[in-house]
Amino acid sequence: MREMGRGFARSHEARLLLVVVVLGGFLALATPSFASLQNLVDLLTSNAFSGMLAAGLLVVLVSGGIDISFTATASVAQYAAMTVANHSHIGWLGVAAIGAGLGSLLGLFNAVLIGTLRLSSIIVTIATLNLFYGLLMFVTRGDEIFALPDWFVNGASWTVYTDAQQAEYAITLPMLGLVFAFALTAILLKRSNIGRQVYALGSNADAAARVGIPVFRLNLLIYGYMGLIAGLASLVQAQNAQSVSPNALVGRELDVLAAVVLGGASLTGGVGSVFGTILGVMLLAFLQNGLLLLGVPSYWSPCFTGAVILVAVSLLAIERRRQQGRVRRVSA
Amino acid sequence: MANFLELTGISKRFGGVRALSEVDLDLARGEVHCLAGENGSGKSTLIKIVSGVQQPDPGGRIVIDGRAHPHLTPAGSTRLGIQVIYQDLSLFPDLTVAENIAFSRHLGGLHGVDWRAIRADATAVMQRIGIALDPRARVADLAIAQRQLVAICRALAAEARLVIMDEPTASLTRHEVDSLLRLTRALTRRGITIVFVSHRLDEVLEIADRVSVLRDGRKLGTYAAEGMTGRRLGALMTGGDYDYTPSVPDHATAPVVLAVRGLSRPGEFADIGFDLRAGEILGLIGLLGAGRTELALSLFGMRPAASGEIRLHGRAVPIDSNRAAIDHGIAYVPEDRLSLGLVMEQPIGANIVLAILHRLAGRLGLLRTDRRRAAVGEWIARLGIKVADPDNAVRTLSGGNQQRVVLAKWLATGPRVLILDSPTVGVDVSAKDGIYAIVRDLAAAGMAVLLISDEIPEVLYHTHRILVMHAGRITGTFMPGETSEAALREALDA
Repeated sequence: MREMGRGFARSHEARLLLVVVVLGGFLALATPSFASLQNLVDLLTSNAFSGMLAAGLLVVLVSGGIDISFTATASVAQYAAMTVANHSHIGWLGVAAIGAGLGSLLGLFNAVLIGTLRLSSIIVTIATLNLFYGLLMFVTRGDEIFALPDWFVNGASWTVYTDAQQAEYAITLPMLGLVFAFALTAILLKRSNIGRQVYALGSNADAAARVGIPVFRLNLLIYGYMGLIAGLASLVQAQNAQSVSPNALVGRELDVLAAVVLGGASLTGGVGSVFGTILGVMLLAFLQNGLLLLGVPSYWSPCFTGAVILVAVSLLAIERRRQQGRVRRVSA
Repeated sequence: MANFLELTGISKRFGGVRALSEVDLDLARGEVHCLAGENGSGKSTLIKIVSGVQQPDPGGRIVIDGRAHPHLTPAGSTRLGIQVIYQDLSLFPDLTVAENIAFSRHLGGLHGVDWRAIRADATAVMQRIGIALDPRARVADLAIAQRQLVAICRALAAEARLVIMDEPTASLTRHEVDSLLRLTRALTRRGITIVFVSHRLDEVLEIADRVSVLRDGRKLGTYAAEGMTGRRLGALMTGGDYDYTPSVPDHATAPVVLAVRGLSRPGEFADIGFDLRAGEILGLIGLLGAGRTELALSLFGMRPAASGEIRLHGRAVPIDSNRAAIDHGIAYVPEDRLSLGLVMEQPIGANIVLAILHRLAGRLGLLRTDRRRAAVGEWIARLGIKVADPDNAVRTLSGGNQQRVVLAKWLATGPRVLILDSPTVGVDVSAKDGIYAIVRDLAAAGMAVLLISDEIPEVLYHTHRILVMHAGRITGTFMPGETSEAALREALDA
């Protein structure tokens, strides 16, 4: 157990946790509103969408692949589910089924292309990002959906706390969606044999095939899972935004990728954890929120975010190199 | 002793090429069998047929445990207890030791992970052969020799009855080879058959029962390992006889080209000093981790020394980058030619002129194709590189020819000091001979050569003076004519 403790202290996650705690502490002291319950609830709600996507993307990165197309997948799923919901009363389960089903289908499409053409996942998903998004824009002519069904707009929430000013704090669907995505991903990666196969595939693809992992089927699951999560996340986003716009989501894929990589996932596969991903998402969320509360002009926000990502991944790279150096000396 | 495996009349054609013709082979239970042959002799095709990856041509017969298997598949072969440990070990570096050993528990349809059972399985296998690795350790954090143990344990966990090891000793030190051999004996006592596939066989010959030699897809014969020598085996594998004797020309009057004094780099090597004269081949031998490659990298400026002096032609020069080293006439051919020495996907010609592009430029700094073609042609001819077309990718060449391309690249820079780090790792006996001949010719033409190696015969027969390196220091100097393999072995392991 002490051995494990020491392992954690040296891990990327521990360092990231320290950074997140220090940043959070600084913002709590520097701004009056950061640590307020209202702000934290807002943070959780507004980052539910990218957090969920990060969970899905983590699985793809661990497998040694990459997916860029998930924002387009989410846009398609969202638009389709809301269009249907506007025409017939299908309820929460109905929209969830449409979102998740369509999302998975587009994810499977990616996996089939990657598996049969033996192309690199980045090329395939850049292409499908444009394909899905282009088709959506063509079919919808870019029209937004402003009027959503009342039951969807009102959402579902469970008030758990009312403060002295009679402000209500509730557990909302976005929060549940976020927790669901992270919990499901954690169970998949750590507690299921399929998750361990995903790590094995990302760790050594040749060996994975030799040891008898059905690589094509595993890829179907990996990209299908990403699509499923993207479909569900898109509903969370629609509920949060209270409208659906076909071009609101595409363009955010690199932020999600940055959060997952910040969280310690390797672009070459085999490495990454749900805890690290949560911290990566938190770091970027705290940063953007903090800059806003500190009164920094919003133009600066991308610049700061970029700088933080650059510093963090540089440190990560240095750390990995040092570790490799240690291994080489050990093996020498 | 009944036979575990019997192959009769196995042939395999790929298009018009005969990879195997009419090979017979039998393996007894609990036997250690060496399969020897140069690259392209059919060794790997034979392994693929035994492991079910490829089907033999009609007419061949595979009998395992007394039953004929006309259609062997990879899964079927695994079920029969045949396990191949490839040279790259096929492990998952990011997973734990336990998961790697008991990976079969991760296969099958969706189910939970029983960590306790996985650790128990792995520990049980390790105990069976008396090794103790932390089951929770990540394989990436293990040394190469330990990773090999993990691969062997995985084979055992799959109830292996025949373990085929492809080049198992290539990356091990002598000490590690010894423990591998001890482990092999333990396996054979359990009735497991071991096949070593290698072209570096003197080490495994010690414990082998029989040796089968393949050449050009045919089996020359199966011989008792007792009485077989590395030399006779080399002759059988290549069809030529390579008999080397130490030769030491007198360099006393030749000028000192490279003088090293008190060179140190903390944690890697300390107080290194030697002279290297024109025309001399100086051998530097040490085990992996003795600091030999680190020293070479410092001499080449890639990891500059912390203190000490490097003198070229009597003048102290700062070698603080590889550019400086190249400018001062030092060339370095790295050990890992695949990752450090060659751009595998690029044409042969482009690789040869890679380090001298600036000299091939005409006015405006643009490359002059006539100069480039002339340089490429010259080096291909001088080193006798067998190429169909210099525009083919380097990847298409054999190991020996790839090594020549690396040599050509560095010789094109016109060096006066040539550092060769393990130049014959992974090349055949006959290709080795070609490389030794090139090095001899270079030295005869006045080149000062530093030849780094971990193979004793290599330095004993192909250098003029031998420095032994141990734990970062030079611990002895030997003259090839006045020492023996045994004496060097002792100095090396000290």
